[in-house]
Amino acid sequence: MKVGLFIPCYINAVYPEAGVATYKLLDYFGVEMDYPTAQTCCGQPMANGGFEGEAVSLANKFEELFGKYDYVVAPSASCTAFVKEVYPKLLNKEQHACQTSGKIYDLCEFLHDILKVKEMPGTFPHKVSIHNSCHGVRELNLSSASELNIERYSKIKDLLKLVKGIEVFEPHKADECCGFGGMFCVEEPDVSVCMGQDKLKNHIATGAAYITGADSSCMMHMQGIVKREKLPIKFIHVAQILASGL
Amino acid sequence: MSTKHSEAAKRFIANKEQRTWHNETLWLVREKRDRLAMAVPEWEKLRELSSEIKLHTITHLDKYAEQFAQKAEANGVVVHWAKDAKEHNEIVHGILAAHNTKKLVKSKSMLTEECHLNKYLIEQGIDVVETDLGERIIQFMNIPPSHIVMPAIHIKRQEVGKLFEEKLGTETGNSDPTYLTRAARKHLRDQFLSADAGMTGCNFAIAETGDIVVCTNEGNADMGTSFPKVHIVSIGLEKIIPNLNALGVYTRLLARSATGQPSTTYTSHFRKPGEGRELHYVIVDNGRSDIIGNEEHFQTLKCLRCAACMNTCPVYRRSGGYSYTYFIPGPIGINLGMLKSPQQYADNVSACTLCYSCNNVCPAHVNLADQIYRWRQDLDSLGKADPMKKVMSKGLKFLFGLPALYNTTLKFAPLVNHLPRFTVYNGLNAWGEGRELPEFTGDSFTALWKKGKVTKSGKKCSTLKKQKP
Repeated sequence: MKVGLFIPCYINAVYPEAGVATYKLLDYFGVEMDYPTAQTCCGQPMANGGFEGEAVSLANKFEELFGKYDYVVAPSASCTAFVKEVYPKLLNKEQHACQTSGKIYDLCEFLHDILKVKEMPGTFPHKVSIHNSCHGVRELNLSSASELNIERYSKIKDLLKLVKGIEVFEPHKADECCGFGGMFCVEEPDVSVCMGQDKLKNHIATGAAYITGADSSCMMHMQGIVKREKLPIKFIHVAQILASGL
Repeated sequence: MSTKHSEAAKRFIANKEQRTWHNETLWLVREKRDRLAMAVPEWEKLRELSSEIKLHTITHLDKYAEQFAQKAEANGVVVHWAKDAKEHNEIVHGILAAHNTKKLVKSKSMLTEECHLNKYLIEQGIDVVETDLGERIIQFMNIPPSHIVMPAIHIKRQEVGKLFEEKLGTETGNSDPTYLTRAARKHLRDQFLSADAGMTGCNFAIAETGDIVVCTNEGNADMGTSFPKVHIVSIGLEKIIPNLNALGVYTRLLARSATGQPSTTYTSHFRKPGEGRELHYVIVDNGRSDIIGNEEHFQTLKCLRCAACMNTCPVYRRSGGYSYTYFIPGPIGINLGMLKSPQQYADNVSACTLCYSCNNVCPAHVNLADQIYRWRQDLDSLGKADPMKKVMSKGLKFLFGLPALYNTTLKFAPLVNHLPRFTVYNGLNAWGEGRELPEFTGDSFTALWKKGKVTKSGKKCSTLKKQKP
């Protein structure tokens, strides 16, 4: 099995440590990986803003770079969901059957559903509050959406509980949107910041030292508010917690 | 970069107490909905059935509309067809004029709101009295509904107390809900007794029997149609469902989704006029048959108008009903506004983070968020795309299309961390309005990879079987 590692643009630029943790973690579980260095962005920011056309060439490039692997794994639920849900439609317009849609996985999904891991290497003796991102929950089904009458589950929680010493919490309104929303955050800055503040209040109320999750984009938005308002909580990508001790 | 929605939202949010209260109040309704939905084991199955029944009916509407009208006429109902709002209003006025009506009592109807019926009838000299308490409050205040099920949800009881002092002569400073409700009840009973005609909306029109079903919590549809001799029903074409079995699916979904009740207090069936009375159905198209032909958006016709999408929408809860330019706010309103006139209502399309919660609460599986995403793709060709967003998208495509340029940009991005504050945080940077920028890292992941700094730990999991190649 060969995995193509997809490190989305903002993780590449702002949170490379989440990428490094992903690499170490997958290696720990015996996964052979490749990192195509010509990769950039999946195109979601433009498409969600209303410019899907600008994402087509990126989708083609992505197919070219990642089509050959057995799996594509990314430490980002939202980017994964975009490739999975939207790429087939974008490429279909060009009469191209999408290769990557069926084999891309968010890191947590991959660990939980494909590798079915039952232990984690290290300890993380802290209280953490899980940020259930909208696309993680309602597109990738990483946890049971609060609106649906289905059996309750959380893949991220299952994985985190394998880490020794950790205490895992979820905020009130466990999967309410944090207000990032791609270009929404600059087109509707007031609603966006207000949602972020409310979300942070709920995270902080859990008593957690860290907010963690599968989507750095939500965390980047919330981190911006935390820095501005000097709020008492830190951020860490779930990959970094899972890779503790590596 | 702003829209009419974002500007109005800014004003609503500026009042911290109001927006917190609005957000939390509607969240309570969402929580009540959740509790009721979770108590029905076959809930998700019901949602699917509901969607399938509506899809079936919408795609066979010619047959069901005809059946409904035939049954109704056989029951002694007078059936009218209105192609648009103007025809609807004229038909209603024609009926009222024929009976020399001076006062009309109405129960809640979003369709008559859509047709601007009240304004039209008042101009013709008819005294129109809304009898749903929330509707009566906003009618007294001369403002539109801010929510389709709880039209006065944005108004606090203290304001209602003041209003009733002026309109109904209640005690000064008394805003006790029970006291105010009793005052309203007395006032409305006088209206029911003195009205010449009653009007209701229609939640479901049953093709098999010709019945119409009206769901209320106040019994005002029953009161308003029991005393006057004339009952007029305003029916949106999409309200037709095949039979009473189908109704059983919808009555289980509607109140649970809308207000978190097992059913509305009154589920009133009307079939035929009483002795010496008249029952009129006005079946309204007003653009609905055009929507059937719209492949990407015709599923909005499945909507039950329960407002669950509003109650869950994190943007609606924080920006209020009046921040939208269409008379129906929230996710369904964004979509219906675009179907009515994309040129006129494009400003609402920004009011969505694509969180998809609306899709999940919808009792008819309307894919509201997906449709908003689709509308965004149309904005550019409609000439409604934000120029700044367009430039950003084109710029990003250019940057991401050239890996070498992208990597060079990443290399120099950390310089932003050291720019003087005023060059980064100013009116041009919407991110900076309430947030600090992220700190760009010294070495990007790609740079680390190329330098061989992304390394293995040397440790291996012992319990996991070696992955097959």
